[in-house]
Amino acid sequence: MKKTTAFIGSAAALVLVPGLALSDPDEDSLTINGDIPIVTQTDAPAHTENLSEIYSGWRFRSDETQAFQMDDFDNPGMIGVENAAVDWETVDGSAGKSCANCHGAPEEMAGVRAVYPKWNEEMGKVTTLEMEVNNCRETRMGAKTWKYTGGDMTDMVALISSVSRGMPVNVEINGPAKETWEQGKELYYTRTGQLELSCANCHEDSYGMMIRADHLSQGQINGFPTYRLKNTKLNSVHARFKGCVRDTRAQTYKPGSPEFIALELYVASRGNGLSVEGPSVRN
Amino acid sequence: MKHALIGLTAMLAASTATAESVKPTDVVFVDGAVEVSLSGVVGDPASGAEIMNKGAGNCIACHQVSALSHLAFHGEIGPPLDGVADRWSVAELRGIVANAKVMFEGSLMPSFYKTEGFVRLGDAYTGEAHGDGDVQPLLSAQQIEDVVAFLVTLKEE
Repeated sequence: MKKTTAFIGSAAALVLVPGLALSDPDEDSLTINGDIPIVTQTDAPAHTENLSEIYSGWRFRSDETQAFQMDDFDNPGMIGVENAAVDWETVDGSAGKSCANCHGAPEEMAGVRAVYPKWNEEMGKVTTLEMEVNNCRETRMGAKTWKYTGGDMTDMVALISSVSRGMPVNVEINGPAKETWEQGKELYYTRTGQLELSCANCHEDSYGMMIRADHLSQGQINGFPTYRLKNTKLNSVHARFKGCVRDTRAQTYKPGSPEFIALELYVASRGNGLSVEGPSVRN
Repeated sequence: MKHALIGLTAMLAASTATAESVKPTDVVFVDGAVEVSLSGVVGDPASGAEIMNKGAGNCIACHQVSALSHLAFHGEIGPPLDGVADRWSVAELRGIVANAKVMFEGSLMPSFYKTEGFVRLGDAYTGEAHGDGDVQPLLSAQQIEDVVAFLVTLKEE
């Protein structure tokens, strides 16, 4: 590792680097709809040993992309939120219930997104929001479960996230969730595939730098579900994880797998203190 | 002049194209350097320049190269390669391109001439498992030699 640094250092000393201005996160600040202040930068939590500051991915995007998220009328991810608001009120399944029958208005879910993934005592494992949605559908509504990364599911997670916007991410990593968190941490630092890249290689060691035309962020997930201009839809965390692992020329894990649940808990915890942003807009 | 040289190189390459390549598992590294040509065929710098920009090479995804400034979006993750031939010998460049982790432990740079020791090796970019077939290195022996032949042209002194 020391040799690598020396290599880069000597090269930088000898070569006049052409001035590529883009590198670190920008200095912009985000307030949604003029009234939801979003923390896009704060001190890294103690358990994120190798970072001193944490940044929302919003800070690494262009002004044009950033603008989409500043007002809900401009945010294409809000269409998914509206779709889910209809589902929220719609009775489905053998119990004759809708989400609203038990939970009231979607706003009653404020704070939920911020603490997931979370230990579920009854199930004896860490669960994600998607798993809890399906848990409700199956056991309380008697309705068919949704596909983990399907449109209905991702829209619903976007609705539940949207009412927590501005609240600090605060997932619990101690207690019974500790083992899962440790597993997620190990996955984060494992170099996979023929390219032998870990999450950390790009998002911890190299954030702020350009990899070809992409400006690398810290890979924070406080903005999920994320509307990507690239594929013009809301993307779930596990779908993005899968894409990243695939891009290392590796055999991916499956959305909803124990590995991705653990990785989600770990990555979410690296963003403890950033605001919930979902649905965010990225490129 | 340059074109004439490249043409000559290509002719030489064609005339010795039957040479046996060193297998990825048989490459001998000495302090991270590889003395012997992997393909036994002289590298073609023009082909090397192409590989710098695309496919499994795509070197400029991470490295800036002024000689390729006509191509868009050079990355910033690895060191700039201008003058790289002044800093490293041919054998060192070959070793770094073939498997940079031998010289620079923990380097982020992919190992371009390696076929074993991977975690969850996939079938290219499909996300599926690789399966039982032979693993192809990211670049062939000749492609490595072509990239090295291009890098050797990057002199400033």
